[in-house]
Amino acid sequence: MLLIKNGRLLDPASKTDAALDVLLDGERIAKVGAHLSAPGADLFDAKGLIVAPGFIDLHCHLREPGQEMSETIETGTRAAARGGFTAVCCMPNTQPVNDSASVTRGIVERAAAAGSVRVWPIGAASMGSKGEALAEIAAMKAAGIVAVSDDGKPVATARLMRQVMDYCNALDLPVMDHCEDPSLFAGGVMREGAQSMRLGLAGIPAQSESICAGRDVEIAGLTGARLHIAHMSTRGALEYVRAAKKQGLRVTSEVTPHHFTLTDEDVRYDTHYKMNPPLASREDRDALIAGLADGSVDAIATDHAPHHPASKDVEFDRAPFGITGFETAVALGLSELVHPGKVSLMRLVELFTTGPARVLGLERKIAPGEPADLTIFSDTHEWTFRAAESASKSHNTPFDGRAFRGAPMATIVAGRIAFRR
Amino acid sequence: MLQRLPHLLGIETLTSEQITFFLDQSKPFQEFQRHPLKKLATLRGRTVALAFFEPSTRTRISFSTAASRLGADTMQLQAESSSLKKGESLIDTVRTLEAMRPDSIVMRHSSSGAPAFVAERLGVPVVNAGDGTHEHPTQALLDALTIRDRKGTLEGWNITILGDILHSRVARSNIFLLSKFGARITLCGPAMWLPREVESLAPGLRRTSRTEEALEGADVVMVLRVQTERIHEPALAVEDYILGYQLTAKRLQLARPDALVMHPGPMIRGLEIDPSVADGPQSCVLEQVTNGLAVRMALLYHLVSGAAADAPHPTKE
Amino acid sequence: MRVVEKRQLLSAEEISRTLQRLAHEIVEKSGGAGDLALIGVRRRGVPLAERLAKLIRGFTHAQVPVGTLDITLYRDDLSTIGPHPVVQSTEIDFPVDDRELVIVDDVLYTGRTIRAAMNGLFDLGRPRRVRLCVLIDRGHRELPVEASFIGRGVQTTDSEIVEVRLQETDGEERVVLVDRVP
Repeated sequence: MLLIKNGRLLDPASKTDAALDVLLDGERIAKVGAHLSAPGADLFDAKGLIVAPGFIDLHCHLREPGQEMSETIETGTRAAARGGFTAVCCMPNTQPVNDSASVTRGIVERAAAAGSVRVWPIGAASMGSKGEALAEIAAMKAAGIVAVSDDGKPVATARLMRQVMDYCNALDLPVMDHCEDPSLFAGGVMREGAQSMRLGLAGIPAQSESICAGRDVEIAGLTGARLHIAHMSTRGALEYVRAAKKQGLRVTSEVTPHHFTLTDEDVRYDTHYKMNPPLASREDRDALIAGLADGSVDAIATDHAPHHPASKDVEFDRAPFGITGFETAVALGLSELVHPGKVSLMRLVELFTTGPARVLGLERKIAPGEPADLTIFSDTHEWTFRAAESASKSHNTPFDGRAFRGAPMATIVAGRIAFRR
Repeated sequence: MLQRLPHLLGIETLTSEQITFFLDQSKPFQEFQRHPLKKLATLRGRTVALAFFEPSTRTRISFSTAASRLGADTMQLQAESSSLKKGESLIDTVRTLEAMRPDSIVMRHSSSGAPAFVAERLGVPVVNAGDGTHEHPTQALLDALTIRDRKGTLEGWNITILGDILHSRVARSNIFLLSKFGARITLCGPAMWLPREVESLAPGLRRTSRTEEALEGADVVMVLRVQTERIHEPALAVEDYILGYQLTAKRLQLARPDALVMHPGPMIRGLEIDPSVADGPQSCVLEQVTNGLAVRMALLYHLVSGAAADAPHPTKE
Repeated sequence: MRVVEKRQLLSAEEISRTLQRLAHEIVEKSGGAGDLALIGVRRRGVPLAERLAKLIRGFTHAQVPVGTLDITLYRDDLSTIGPHPVVQSTEIDFPVDDRELVIVDDVLYTGRTIRAAMNGLFDLGRPRRVRLCVLIDRGHRELPVEASFIGRGVQTTDSEIVEVRLQETDGEERVVLVDRVP
């Protein structure tokens, strides 16, 4: 038994924000109340800290199987725990692609053996994510996937998307799409605009994302399926999501910490500023923050994309896209959204808990009988992030050396402390 | 006193004082090109590595001649023979070069920012000899020297740059340089190579897709090279380019009578420029080539001698 | 380290007289002013060469061409040249081939400047004869270089500096011996 005392409990599901203690019994929450006592229980003093439901990351890359030089399920989930996440959804673009039940089972088994947090795999929508035939989605669902996606690229055609959505609708799985029009993307390496012009880097227009988001929303309307727009970075895509929600379509979206923190103006000849979708314009960034605040955006997802140092230590246009994100996500949410007053603390917790849970068709709350997954964080703790001290195998982040106010202090998964600062 | 530059990566970050300094320093080297004996011993025993990861003839010969006239030896790495073809990373390739102890690395690369990437990692002065669609700083310096020589001053001219602005590193460096000297710059080319964002490169840039409008009152017309590979994709018909944007004698009449015609080369006569204009009295094309040598000698001298002063050469007791 | 003036070597008056004598010697030993040309070494050799040319014109009516030589590129001390060397122009707009050249400089010391100057000159052609004229010869040669025309020979120590100050470059007219004291 573990008793978490003296904390400020924030539970979006019940709109609770009060000084309450939580008693965990094994893998479940036993009791929630004021001034609890449990003789014989281990004690966690959460004085000055915030106790929240376990944070969920809808979008990450754990690189196993196949790219263990960059990350493994063991190192990736350790980094996730340090970032306050109790569950992470890993994208299927591994080697081989997670397009079959056997790969899914491998991930699930590996996570059970070596994972610090829960790992919820996402299966490929098409075989090999090649955009041709459908993957064995039902078999993967039986093996444990929570959604499908061809992440890294969009579901190739509107027709395929229609099939995937129809099929997944019947299976009650959300379809997550990486929105991008390949012909407009055209070898670009950053957002098209004044900065890409100045740096002489090939630009990707914002419409590359919004055109594809528009297509997806149309097909969600056609099929009635659950559509989730991954790592949304533009106002154009956000407007499609807003309109879809207004129509009552089951369309959700996520935004990454780097897209609400940085803009294309921050891009330099440093491959730690190269990600896909690329850092957007200031107008887009501000629109995304408004969307996070008003509920148009459902979740903050890291798109944790580790790359081995040698692969990033190259010319900008030859580097792979992506940055790590687990260990800076919560701190960026606090520093960029909560402290400046753009998003309330309760809303931020929603974006990490009930929001992503709803995308997956789950609930997330602190109540007796619920899984003992909790994230305990501070909104005042001052610290500096050092990529070299990260648990991830890769250190490709633009936030190395950044000072923060607020940090995850402990991550409790199934009643067990997976990380404690 | 101006600070010595550790590298020359681009024009954008230079001040007008630094640019003027380099143009002034090029003067003695211009005179030097007229000497009967064009060989100095100034950089004897020094080595300039020419790392051309993208095929180039003119710029490579210009730098290699500049180095050799200063008395330096050159090590040449060319795209064709490059180990990049064998999959070696850029950083490993240049570290190998660095291990041979050059005193400077002159680098051309198809990736924007590659010289900056190398400069950040090596302890050797790096000269950008053209990076992707970013900058070509020595070209802008030699163009400025040519304008200053022909017109007496660099200040305040009407400059028209004609061609594929979006993909031109020559255009970028010239825009950065000339705008620091109060030029009124007009950018002209087919609309898809002239996006609105080009206006953000410098204050007061004018943008038009109409050649006649762009040439009116111009003191200097810079014709850019048309990269035929871009004509094929995304397709623009060659005939259309000629019709709309070739600098013809008739069009040149719209500019001032004493307007200069410049071209960074290599030039395709009959495509971006009419042969009669290329060879006409207003053309500075060959002066640009000669001035390129002077600018590059001045630059190599500045970087190598300065670096030598910072860290005495191992062979010198 | 401080620099103190020890004594005056030449006054304005003495500089003027010395130059007159040098002008005569140069013409005399060159068999007239016909093929003669003066090459001033930057910086203070330049005004000295110009003054000598003017003096020569005064008594021979010959226009002796004067060139300017910048030796920066010919120096042998790249590593000690300072972090930000500035190259100036060499302006010799007459052919040096078959000329009677006289290099003019203010102070002859180690001889390295003159070595550099000769390298520079020979890059321009093949003079018939090259001689050297200096206002002050202070000794301490490091190379086998001697002047044909010397204004004044001065005994100095290594720590001392001979400063030639000319109206054109320094706004005053005298030669002083200064010393570096710790």
